[in-house]
Parts: sequence; C-alpha cells; structure tokens
Amino acid sequence: MSEQPLSTDADVASPAFLDQDRVEGEFDAASIRAAMINRPRRELYDFWRDVRNLPLFMENVKSVELLEDDRSSWLVAGPAGSEIELVSEITEDRPGEYIAWRSLEESDIDHEGWIEFRDNPFGRGTEVRVFISYDPPAGALGKVVAKVMQREPRVQARRELRRFKQLMETGEVSTSRAPDAAPRADRHP
Amino acid sequence: MRALAWHGKHNIQVDTVPDPQIINPRDAIIRITATAICGSDLHLYDSVIPGMSNGDVLGHEFMGVVEEVGPRSTLKRGQKVVVPFTISCGSCFFCGKQQYSACDNSNPADKSDASEIAYGYPMAGIYGYSHLTGGYAGGQAEYARVPYSDVGPIVIPDGIEDEKVLFLSDIFPTGWMAAENAGIEPGDTVAIWGCGPVGLFAIKSALLMGAGRVIAIDHHPRRLELAKKNGAEVLNYHEVKVREALTEMTAGIGPDACIDAVGMEAHGFAPDNIIDAVKQETKLGTDRQHVLRETIMACRKGGRVSVPGVYGGIGDKLPIGAFMQKGLTLKTGQTHVQKYLPQLLQMILEGKVDTTDLISHRLPLEQGPEAYRNFHSSQNEWTKVVLKPH
Repeated sequence: MSEQPLSTDADVASPAFLDQDRVEGEFDAASIRAAMINRPRRELYDFWRDVRNLPLFMENVKSVELLEDDRSSWLVAGPAGSEIELVSEITEDRPGEYIAWRSLEESDIDHEGWIEFRDNPFGRGTEVRVFISYDPPAGALGKVVAKVMQREPRVQARRELRRFKQLMETGEVSTSRAPDAAPRADRHP
Repeated sequence: MRALAWHGKHNIQVDTVPDPQIINPRDAIIRITATAICGSDLHLYDSVIPGMSNGDVLGHEFMGVVEEVGPRSTLKRGQKVVVPFTISCGSCFFCGKQQYSACDNSNPADKSDASEIAYGYPMAGIYGYSHLTGGYAGGQAEYARVPYSDVGPIVIPDGIEDEKVLFLSDIFPTGWMAAENAGIEPGDTVAIWGCGPVGLFAIKSALLMGAGRVIAIDHHPRRLELAKKNGAEVLNYHEVKVREALTEMTAGIGPDACIDAVGMEAHGFAPDNIIDAVKQETKLGTDRQHVLRETIMACRKGGRVSVPGVYGGIGDKLPIGAFMQKGLTLKTGQTHVQKYLPQLLQMILEGKVDTTDLISHRLPLEQGPEAYRNFHSSQNEWTKVVLKPH
C-alpha cells in the first residue's frame, strides 16, 4: 500500500469544505462532503470496498449484488415509489485510500462517484470525503421530485456520510423513526 | 402505553401511544418509575423552541427499571437506572473528550440538518426535546427506548428512593456544571439569577465547591425561601435594583462569577426585556436575554459568566463592550451529564447534598397536563413536579 500524504491545512481551500450545491462533475446534480471518522483508515476503506455492506447505511439502496469483483448490480428507491436499477463499475481503486465508480450503460441513470480516505495528521481518525453525481431520473422533473423526497445528491451525501460515520464509530445507525424507535401520539388539536 | 404528548402551544395531553421497541443492538427499554417536568420543558410548552411536531412525546428527566435489553447493552433486566437527558454514543471525538452533550452520532442523520443550519454543526440527541435534537420520544411516559444504553444510564444501588437520585438525569449535573463553569475559587462571591431547580442546584454546588457567598435572585417568595434554606443570600428583583444591590453587597467590586439559570424566557419589566418579549411573541426571532445582559453588566472585572439557562435562537443588544473591556470569561452548554454522574451519585449516597427539598408536587402521569399548566402559571408554589407513571 502506498503511503498517502497526510491532510494539511492547504486542503481547507478544497471543494470538500464548501458543501455547495453544485461542484464540477459530468452530470447534472453533484455534491461533495467531508466527515471526520474516529476509526482507522484501512478499516473504513475495507468496509466500503465490500459494496455489499453499503445498504446497511444507505437508506435508498435496497440491495447490492456482486457480479464480479469490480462490478455490482444496485436496486435503488427512486421518486414516487419507482425503482432504479444500475450496474456500477469500480474505475479506480487505491487500497486504503480511494475508490471511484461509475454506472455502466445498461443502467437506468448515469452516475459517478468517489470516496477518499486520509489520516488526520492530529490523531483524530480518518478524514473521509465523498463525491456523488448523477443525471436525475426523468430529467429536470426528476430532480424536483428527488429534492422534495430529500434524495437530492447534496442531502443524500450529507446523510449517508453521517450514517456511515455512525455505523463505523458506534456499530449502529441512530434512529428515531416512529413508531417503534420513537412512539408518538396522533396529531390532534 | 400512556404518555404526555405535545399538541401545540400550551396544549399537552395524555395519549395512548405505541410501546417503544428495541431497534439497535445497544438499546434498552426502561419501565419508567419517576419522571420530572423540567423548566426547559416550559420553553416547549410556550412554543419558543423550534422543531416541535404535533404528537411528540415529552420529557427528558426520567428513571426506571430495565425492562428489555439489546445484545450490546451492558444493562441487565431489573436494574434500576437514571437516564441522562443527553444521548451520547461514547465513541466519537466529542464523547472521547467527555463533551457528551456534543456527541456527533446520537442525532439521526435525517434530523441533523436543521440544527446544522441553525447552529453551524448538528447537535446531539436529547429525549423529548424537538426534532432539532433528534426527534426522540421522551420519558414522560410509561416506557422509553434508551439508545446507547451502555454509555448513558447509571445503575442505582438497591434501596435508594427514586426521588433522591431522579435529578441526576438533568438538573443536579446541570447545576453542578454551571458552578464548575463559573470557575469558583475559595471565598468567591457567586450571583445566581433564577431560583428554579437548576438555580437551586447551582447554589448547592457553588457552596460545595467552596464559594464564600452565594447571592440568589428571583421574584417568587417561595423559591427565594428555598434558596435561603440552601445557604444563599437572596434578592427579590421586584424589591431591589439587582445591579445596585450586588455592587453594594460586594463593596464596589461586583460578584466574581455570575450564573444565568433563567435562559430565553426571562421575566421582568426592564425596557430591553419588554422589547424582547414582544419580538419573541410576534416571532420576530430573538430570545429574551435580559438576564444574560445583566450577568455581563453585574460581573466584576476579570470575572466569569456561566450560562446553564437555555437559549435557542438569536440574540441582540448584548453589552459586548462590557464583556470585552472587563475581560470576562463566558462558559455555557448543554450538560455533559455522563461526565458527572459517578461523582454526583456518590455525593447523594454519602448524604452530602439534599436533592429532594425542591419537590413541591408528586402526581400520577395522568395529571401531567394539569402539572404543566400549574408549573407554568404558579411558579411560586410549583417549584418541581415529579410524575409517577407506574
């Protein structure tokens, strides 16, 4: 495994810290997000690299099936109860450091993404940055629908990275979903 | 089960709701034997904390018996436990620094956006205290689901009455941290605004930490009487001008430390407070921060201001010049309850602190709505309410 340079303060200017709506990407909707995860870099990489683990914290991903080592078939919940199928291929893999992927032509949507793992130089764990980008289903309308359903990439990247951090640091994903996790009364005046 | 639910401003009802379930490996279900209404619950009652939703189950001060445990809980069925009001994972950067109320993981991902927007970073989960802090169901109910039960709840030895330890859930550690944040040195004069439960525990804690003198400020005679019994000198702000009195009592120096145990709904008719009250009522956005301003003005040069009182929004008209020119230190925050529990439980077991003198009413859960009404409107007589769900 090659030694990757530690993150430095120069990275503060990187788009990862901007959490902006739109960043450079080939497709219409894209987002980048960073999180500090208090676990060893290699452990985080290994967990993510086994893509069958991803539905454990990606709420919209219903299933991931491994086709070959670098190819997997995904079933994702889409807008208005629809289901999106895509086949994803790992396009770059640097063990312990970086994974990039991209959807293949037979997929319902065009999608690409990458995740980067870096040691924090001050012993606070691993700095994880994730980029996701896709052409929304059914064009512009799809993005409106996706936004309403909070599946728009910025929200998705933010929440999925939070859940990944929770799962890696605590062994579980925090939830207050009614009724089982958090009982609530019916709405009444 | 039966539970107290929020249905809008000044509208609390007892409802039948589903029983909570074990969801995650570290969860536990607690059968609640005692739960209290907190002064900060009145901010929800008054609807000045954002992010409440019709039907939310209330309550963040509770204790009970372990009913069921997940495979990774360290609790055992039948144990009596007190549950900290802040939910903490125990494994993130913040929990590692014992800043438990800043836990990075306990607020569910889909609930964290709002507090990230409001405060810059997502806040930790708190039971029964709006969707900004996780949307968790509270403990003013027959049962509660307790996430990360291997980190939060403290096991209580057999034979200890509930009432003696119940306030480990919030107000005792909150008063204790308020006094700790005041950086008390032996012989200090500490002024404490608000003789509600947190103010009273701050008085007890400040004296235990070696304060020479505690001056407590309120306007309810019964609350002032409680403060006096706990060893404080008292000022009724309806009778005296607080700042002048503090300056006079300290021979011109001012208190070494000032504690705001009131927060965002300060009473009183100072001009700034009237403006703030109108803005708050008309949703123009600002918290009522008369007490915070007064602590900054009253504090001695180089002194410390500690704020356990709850604020939720935006403030203005802060005397920032006095703050800077006098070189004050300001410390605040939701309580890092887990950090203090073993030490404070030990003090209760050794009889070093009276934790029950503030309780004015003990009622069944079914009388919860009435308890909220009275705790809100008759604060002189209703100093602390304990509800018994079982």
